[in-house]
Amino acid sequence: MNKYMLLFRIDPGYFKTVSPEQMQQTLNKWMDWKNRLEQEGHLDQFGDRLQHSGKVICGKTKEITDGPFIEVKDAVQGYLVLQTETLEQASELALGCPVLDQGGSVEIRPLIKTD
Amino acid sequence: MAELPELVDHLFRREAGKLTAYLSRMLGLSRLEMAEDVVQDTLCRALEIWPVKGFPAQPTAWLMRVARNRALDLLRRDSQLDALTPELGYLQQLRKDTQFEGPDFELAIQDDQLRMMFACCHPQLSAMAQVSLILKTLCGFSVAEIAHALLAHPDAVEKRLSRARKVFRESGVSLDLNPLEIPDRLEAVYQAIYLLFNEGYHASRSAAGVREDLCFEALRLAVLLSEHPLSQQSKTSALLALFCFQTARLNSRFDLDGELLQLAEQDRSRWDAKLIRQGFVCLEQAIKGPELSAYHLEAVIAALHCSAASHAETDWAKILEHYDLLYRLKPTPIVALNRAIALGFAQGPEAGMTELEDLPDLALLRDYPFYPAALAEFSLASGQLEAAQTYFQQALALARNPSEVRFFSLRLKLLKTALSSD
Repeated sequence: MNKYMLLFRIDPGYFKTVSPEQMQQTLNKWMDWKNRLEQEGHLDQFGDRLQHSGKVICGKTKEITDGPFIEVKDAVQGYLVLQTETLEQASELALGCPVLDQGGSVEIRPLIKTD
Repeated sequence: MAELPELVDHLFRREAGKLTAYLSRMLGLSRLEMAEDVVQDTLCRALEIWPVKGFPAQPTAWLMRVARNRALDLLRRDSQLDALTPELGYLQQLRKDTQFEGPDFELAIQDDQLRMMFACCHPQLSAMAQVSLILKTLCGFSVAEIAHALLAHPDAVEKRLSRARKVFRESGVSLDLNPLEIPDRLEAVYQAIYLLFNEGYHASRSAAGVREDLCFEALRLAVLLSEHPLSQQSKTSALLALFCFQTARLNSRFDLDGELLQLAEQDRSRWDAKLIRQGFVCLEQAIKGPELSAYHLEAVIAALHCSAASHAETDWAKILEHYDLLYRLKPTPIVALNRAIALGFAQGPEAGMTELEDLPDLALLRDYPFYPAALAEFSLASGQLEAAQTYFQQALALARNPSEVRFFSLRLKLLKTALSSD
């Protein structure tokens, strides 16, 4: 079995206008998707969500700044780790990610095997 | 009152309404916008945490706690904190220790919602502003959803809402009502939720769907009114009875293809028997006292329709009697039209025609397609097929949406078949 990290990206501004009803639908989709991944034995780790901003340190100057800023349209919202045989299979599973319905994106990155 | 069936599973919508009412009480109505922001943040927090941790055992309590803490945080940071009234400070203190479950909490949150409803119906706000504000604050609709449901432009809705918030900020509108104001304000609340219901019920200009949600929201708010001592009145029961009877028939107004059906064509087995029973319980409650309002009469008329086994077996004479009374209390062109139609069914199509032709305020019905449609149906019933055709053509020309166009076209087509076979 191989492991794949899924990174969810979304425009944080999305949550300013979305209605309670839409949020509930999104919530239900997350729950359904997570349950399905779990039942099928594909879920290795369901990561905690990330706050919208923290600190960023760049380059040799090692200057610490606030960020990423709210204007960032594709901020990382969260992650999870899947276990499947192939990248294709992981991508197939990632299609069910609710962040896609909200105009977000999912990045699928194989973890490098250490053993 | 006895329990109503679980109508819709709109947990977040319902909770958003409760949270906004609760926070507005805590922060003061002048900070409505802050309250709304906190609600949005709170629901977003749930969306971030619940998928990871699973649903909390007590979702309401979870949301309330997060919202309260967030609001207290914001207040602490608010530079104008000194300007808080002593009462507000006391209230905050009190609310810090609130238990977010149990019967006392249920009562408190009902009270918050009722006060919010009264505030939304402030006399300085227009009827549509009141309805928009109710949908935003008590029903958890977004601006886009309100615009969709009320067939308005989102910018117009936003404008209404921000004007309302401004009135709250600048006129010192309070959630604590002067007891002397309550009867008038309650009247305004009835009117607003009646309007809300009708906006959903007469989904004449757009597809059903979202608009029917308005009926369920109005029903829910009427239940809330009926459960609070301040608003537990005969008129409340009458309004609730009316909503129950109308909602019971909501789905049967369209056939399986979504086409509009006449009352006579509706499949009565699709009417919701449970809601009709509930309607009768409320109606009984309503007619205990001496009061007789337009809501009482409309509820009785709806009850008479609901208790008839078929269109033909409807007690039209009794319906007409109640329309006579209703017209005295509420002399609107639509009531006059419906009264004339009832008269036609009670006393025969010719009598109906005469009544329709002599309606007062005919000018006000000039653009209303169901006026010529009524003339057409009575012409048809009395064998005047050509007159019926002319009237249906007029109705078709006035049709306001595709569903009405198809409805009148179908009536015309059937009529033409009858004419050509003569």
